[in-house]
Formats: sequence, C-alpha cells, structure tokens
Amino acid sequence: QQVSVEVLEHLEHLALVDFRDAEGVERLQKAIQFADQLHEVNTDGVEPMDSVLEDRWCLYLREDDVTEGNCTKELLENAREKVEEYFVAPPGNIPLPKLEERETFLEGS
Amino acid sequence: LAPWVPVVGLEIHAQISSNSKLFSGSQVQFAAPPNSLVSFFDASLPGTLPVLNRRCVEAAVMTGLALNCSINKKSLFDRKHYFYADLPAGYQITQQRVPIAVNGSLSYSLCIDNKMSQMVTKTVRIKQIQLEQDSGKSLHDDTRSQTLVDLNRAGVGLMEVVMEPDMCCGEEAAAAVRELQLILQTLGSSQAVMAEGQLRVDANVSVHHPGEPYGVRTEVKNINSIRFLAKAIDYEIQRQIEELENGGTILNETRAFDSKLGCTVPMRDKEGKQDYRFMPEPNLPPLILYDAKSLPANMNHQQVINIDWIHERLPDLPSVKRKKLVEQYGILPEHSFTLLNEDGLAEFFESVVKQTQMKPKKVIGWILKDLLSYLKQHSLTVKESPVSSFLLADLLNLLEKKEISSTAAKQVLAELWKGEGKTPLEIVKEQKLELLQDQKELEQICQAVIDGHKNEVIMMVLG
Repeated sequence: QQVSVEVLEHLEHLALVDFRDAEGVERLQKAIQFADQLHEVNTDGVEPMDSVLEDRWCLYLREDDVTEGNCTKELLENAREKVEEYFVAPPGNIPLPKLEERETFLEGS
Repeated sequence: LAPWVPVVGLEIHAQISSNSKLFSGSQVQFAAPPNSLVSFFDASLPGTLPVLNRRCVEAAVMTGLALNCSINKKSLFDRKHYFYADLPAGYQITQQRVPIAVNGSLSYSLCIDNKMSQMVTKTVRIKQIQLEQDSGKSLHDDTRSQTLVDLNRAGVGLMEVVMEPDMCCGEEAAAAVRELQLILQTLGSSQAVMAEGQLRVDANVSVHHPGEPYGVRTEVKNINSIRFLAKAIDYEIQRQIEELENGGTILNETRAFDSKLGCTVPMRDKEGKQDYRFMPEPNLPPLILYDAKSLPANMNHQQVINIDWIHERLPDLPSVKRKKLVEQYGILPEHSFTLLNEDGLAEFFESVVKQTQMKPKKVIGWILKDLLSYLKQHSLTVKESPVSSFLLADLLNLLEKKEISSTAAKQVLAELWKGEGKTPLEIVKEQKLELLQDQKELEQICQAVIDGHKNEVIMMVLG
C-alpha cells in the first residue's frame, strides 16, 4: 500500500519533519508495513491496553507544595535570543516551505 | 421569513486554585517576574516527567460532584499536539479519551423582561470536565516582529467544563457562566476571576430553522467578561442570520470578539483544519479514584482519593444557600439572588439581622436599596464599605425603637457613609433628628403652626 503524496505533505506539515527523498519515504512505508502486522491479531471484544499497570493504582499523587521554580537565569541560558527575561520567538508559526519551493523533493515516489 | 433558532454551547477553562502546578512543583501565581515560576518540566527540558498534583484532582472531583456529574473512577491522560511558542513541549497534556467527570447539569436563573420578580429556572447539560495543562503567555511585539514568551502560566492546572448547546442567546450563556463562577468560588476549586484569566469562555454559535438540522457553527474567543460574553454571542447570532438571509454561507471558523467595535472578526490564519494527533500520555498511568465501597484496605492515605469523602464535605452550593436565606429570613427569591451575587453581601445581611431587632424582611430593603446602591455608586466592594454591619444594625435599632423616622434614618446613613467614625446616636443628636414622642409637646407645636398661619387656615376651612 502506497502512502500518497497528499498524506506525506500533510504529515510533514503537522510534524515539521522533512522526509527528504524517496529513500525516506520508502523507510516510512516499511515502518507502516511492520506496524500493520498488529492487524493479524484478532482483538474483537478486547479493550485496548494503554498501560501494563491496568487498573492497579500506580499513578503517584504529589502533595500541593511549591518545590520548584525560581531558576530564570538557568532557563534563559537555553534561549538563543532573550529580551528582559522573556524568551524571544518569531511573530507566528513558520510553516514548512511549500512542496514546490523545497530543494529536496519526493522524487521517484 | 422563517424563524431562526440560535444554538449556543460553551467551553469554559477554569484555572484550578492550587499552590503548585498540575504536573510540577512550581508556584501558581498571577503576577510574577517573567519565567520565575517555571520548572524544568514546564520548560519542557529533556529528561523531565509529569507528576500529578493531588489537589488538582480533588478540585476536579469537587466540581464534578457539584455539577451532578458521574465521576469516572478510571480516567486517562492524552497528548494533544500542536506547535506554538508558548507550548514548549509541542503538546498539551489533557484528557481526551476518558475525562474525570461526565454527564452533569447546571441550573441557572433568568429574569423575564429584566424584571427580577419574574425569574425562570433553566438547565444546561454538562458534557464533561477534564483536567489539562494551561499554556504559557505570548506577548506580541509587532514593531519588532517578534513574540515574547513567559512560561509562568505554562503547566497551571485547568478544568475544562464543556456545556452542551442547550442555550439560545447571550443572556442565557451569561447567566449560566455566572452561576458556574459562583459555584467554583463557593467550592474554592477556582477563584474564577475572568479579569485575571482564571475563567476563560469560548462560545460555539450556530443558527438553523426549526425542524431542520443544526447549522454550521463558529467558535468565538477572546471574551474577557460576562457582559462581553452576552454581547459577543448576540452579535454572532445576528451576523449569521444576516449572512444566511442574504444568501451567504457560514464558515466553520474561529472568530475573535473585538470589544471596542462590539463585533466578531475571523481569527485563525488559513492553516486549514487542525489535526491534533491525540495519543495516550505514555508517562502517566490511568488515574484511579475510589469511593467508600472500593476503598483499598492497605494503602497510603495520601495516595487515595475517596469520592464519597469529598462529597460529604462539599459546602452548600449557591442554590442551596439561596433557598436557606429565603426560608430562614422570609425574603423574596430575587433578594437571595442579589445577596449572593455580591461578594460578602449575604454575610453582611445576616450579620446585621443578628445585631438588630428589626425584622429581616425590613432589613433587606436597607441592604439592597441603600447599602448596595451606595457601594455601586462608589465602586466599592462589601468588604470596603465604610459602614460596618455593626453601625447599620445600630442605626436600624434606633429606627425600630421609633426614636427616629425613616427619613431621618436615611439622613444618618448618608452621614455614616463619610466614615468619620461617628455613631448613629451621635449623628442623631448632632443633627437633632430625634422623633418627638410626647403627645402634649406635639399638640403644642401643631397649635403654634396653626396660630402662625391664620390666613391659610381660614382658606383651608373654606375649601
């Protein structure tokens, strides 16, 4: 089953990744095929499992005490740009360049 | 022209009143130096993990119970992905699959034709309540074409309350939100002050003809007060009706309310429909809650949340408080609404009643007409009133004992407002407002008046 160009473009836009070239797309298709093997198991009437802990209590509840914070200086060390203790970001989301504008292209797909 | 039926649903985000955040130990506080209340987890630094705050869960359970919801004994956390500068992780932890509470209801009251004496009770269904993280704050600097990001708010606990589209206009939505606000404040689960962003409301609005399927809905955001909520919704309803009657169509879009212009404008840029790619939050096992029956035998108390225990300790909700006020003091239902609508007013009223012999039915007039109108005129809260309940009770006692007339009482009250520290009795003596009780003295005065105006008396006798 082929992954269409539209789906690929949509995924790239959502996840801000670049599949780069036909090899990348091929790898993606192989990964999907590998995961599709899950369909071979009959799961009729079985609730999806999202935790091996099932219904056993194990989500730790923390007391409502202030134990962290006050590390502005450290956090801002990670900022490429800062203004008076604010992180600086571009005015809005920068979308991936359109398919036509990109250097790498899904050639041969 | 066929009639239009407007349909209004609400998504309300209430900031949980807690010391620390939903999944981290940094402090929750409104105004603080930028990025000072941020932990490594809030900043989404690698290697950090979420740890659920017990108080936030209790707040959500309390709210769910107060809104007649079923509390899900097992609820799950999910990731909702989207990119924005104030969401450092690139996803928000929320409860999309199985939220903590579902299927509740909220009753609220409306005045018909603005007459408080004619109140009608309505109900709106609560679809669900979910726990989720708040995002940071973006300050847009258009001159330098950049955004400044403050993560102090990132990770603060929110309860999202989803109200079904059972409302039909701005007034109903406003009344429902007001009642929710009072409930949250009574529970203490949220301080719900809209001006401080502790209560944020988005409205979903559509119109259709009776008997036909629902129309396309728009989402209205950026509403900063309950008054603007009603305005925004009513404007949007009108806009949609006009658009459709002119042969246009309604786009399924997000619009922002512009309070200066009093209208809604399209908001999101043409990114197309958002795909949040929900997935289970792998770092958090299911949240399990217990009740008296299912309470596990040997477990650390601190790790157990007992729904029944919380239920037993719920305070009286506004609707119950109102009923009690009406029953206990014989006041009208609409009076009880006004008493609860003003922070501290009900307590003030009860305090005066305790300290005076005047009947509550008479006291209420002084509270709602005189005291409240003065406070409103001077934009004061009950707590800031220069006239204490003690002083007012003192004054009403003089009136009750017929030592002064009601006109004189109003005069004394006006003097008390000045807050100069004088007692009612002192003011009465100063301004000579005592009522004369002596029959003989009164006769003498009347006779003197008649004697002094002989001509007028003759005119009156002659008719």
